[in-house]
Amino acid sequence: MFRTATALALAATLALPTLAGAEETSDPNIIARQAQMNLMAYNLGVLGGMAQGRIPFDAAMASAAATSLHQIATIDHGRMWPEGSDNMSADDTRALPAIWDDMAGFEARYATLATASEAMAAAAGTDLATLQGAVRNLGGACGGCHQTYRQPE
Amino acid sequence: MKRLIGAALVLGAAGLAGFWVLTRPAALPDDTLAALHLAQGDAARGEQVFWTGGCASCHDAPGVESQAPDAARLVLAGGRAFATPFGTFHAPNISMAPQAGIGRWTLDQFATALLRGVSPRGAHYYPAFPYTTYAHATPQDVADLWAFWQTLPADATPSLPHEVRFPFSIRRGLGLWKLLNFTTDFATPPSTDPQVERGRDLVESWGHCGECHTPRDALGGLDRSHWLAGAPALTGTGRIPALPPEGWSAADIAAYLQSGFTPEFDVVGGEMADVVANLGHIAPEDRAAIAAYLIALRSSPNR
Repeated sequence: MFRTATALALAATLALPTLAGAEETSDPNIIARQAQMNLMAYNLGVLGGMAQGRIPFDAAMASAAATSLHQIATIDHGRMWPEGSDNMSADDTRALPAIWDDMAGFEARYATLATASEAMAAAAGTDLATLQGAVRNLGGACGGCHQTYRQPE
Repeated sequence: MKRLIGAALVLGAAGLAGFWVLTRPAALPDDTLAALHLAQGDAARGEQVFWTGGCASCHDAPGVESQAPDAARLVLAGGRAFATPFGTFHAPNISMAPQAGIGRWTLDQFATALLRGVSPRGAHYYPAFPYTTYAHATPQDVADLWAFWQTLPADATPSLPHEVRFPFSIRRGLGLWKLLNFTTDFATPPSTDPQVERGRDLVESWGHCGECHTPRDALGGLDRSHWLAGAPALTGTGRIPALPPEGWSAADIAAYLQSGFTPEFDVVGGEMADVVANLGHIAPEDRAAIAAYLIALRSSPNR
């Protein structure tokens, strides 16, 4: 238990300060959507950590993290993405104008994430192999959107 | 005056002849060809080479995503456009189609394209095709890859011509570029650690990591004195990071190459998402070898 707690604390410390949200911006919409991403990464840290064998598999903890991640992935994010908050128009964001050029495609990606996070929540408590498959699928949903709609660093 | 014109003509002719000789497309050396003919191509090993080399990322059809099923990614129909400062390159059809693709090629022609950047008709390829890096691969790997190629589908989509600005549009001129930039020497010295050595092979040949992570000079040649030290992105804005990323362990790198998760559980995007989708197919030991090489590179004097 102590080892798990240490690993979790480590994962949490690692996850928080270095993501996109660490950059400074005063736009509440950008702050909000980066906070959403950070909260997903916070929970993915548990699931991915288990999938990679860095944290021992714990069904209850995995389920809690996956359920939480699914809830965060399915909030109404519409107001967070107003016109003019792309990386050409605003500072401290890597959101590409492609999002607003193709809002339907962007929303379809968000729906793909919801499907993957729902499957993750259903799979997390089963066993490690099932969790690993769901994590891979979830990572694909994240990456699919980042590839098209986020500026690489 | 007559004598001057004569001298100018002679000099001009000598210059042209010199250009012609210097820019001649190279053939493969005899020992490479001999090794190629001795090698028994193994399609299963060739598939590993295929995913390490990332062939599908450039040569699959436009619109096929890196997360798409292998069946779609293995149709090497070409057609993706790559905008660069030198012009726009269109990835050709390299499927097994006899006319539109490379189905009629011989193993020697396939190897000459990969290891020397020379087409079966003796023309230089543009280095958008990373043959300057693939040149470090072994004949066995090429034979394996060709064996795998025989299992790939044919697609009849015709290749599009490149739209390259003058003077880069003169392919023969690439011979001069190759004189400056083509070398089969490795960028880093060999290692006594077999895992690091394997990683060196993977990174410096098929993996072609240096094509994006090493800076280029004004003519687009790799600046090997800053090997994997990070570079401005070739397409669009932004910077490609130095390798290995600061603070990452070998385990972090191997996990990232498999899953796309950074140590902070951010998820890879951009062109690197393609690379991760490809490297997810290779053996875990190979991802670990790449990581070991990069960690060893951290303290290399060649940085």
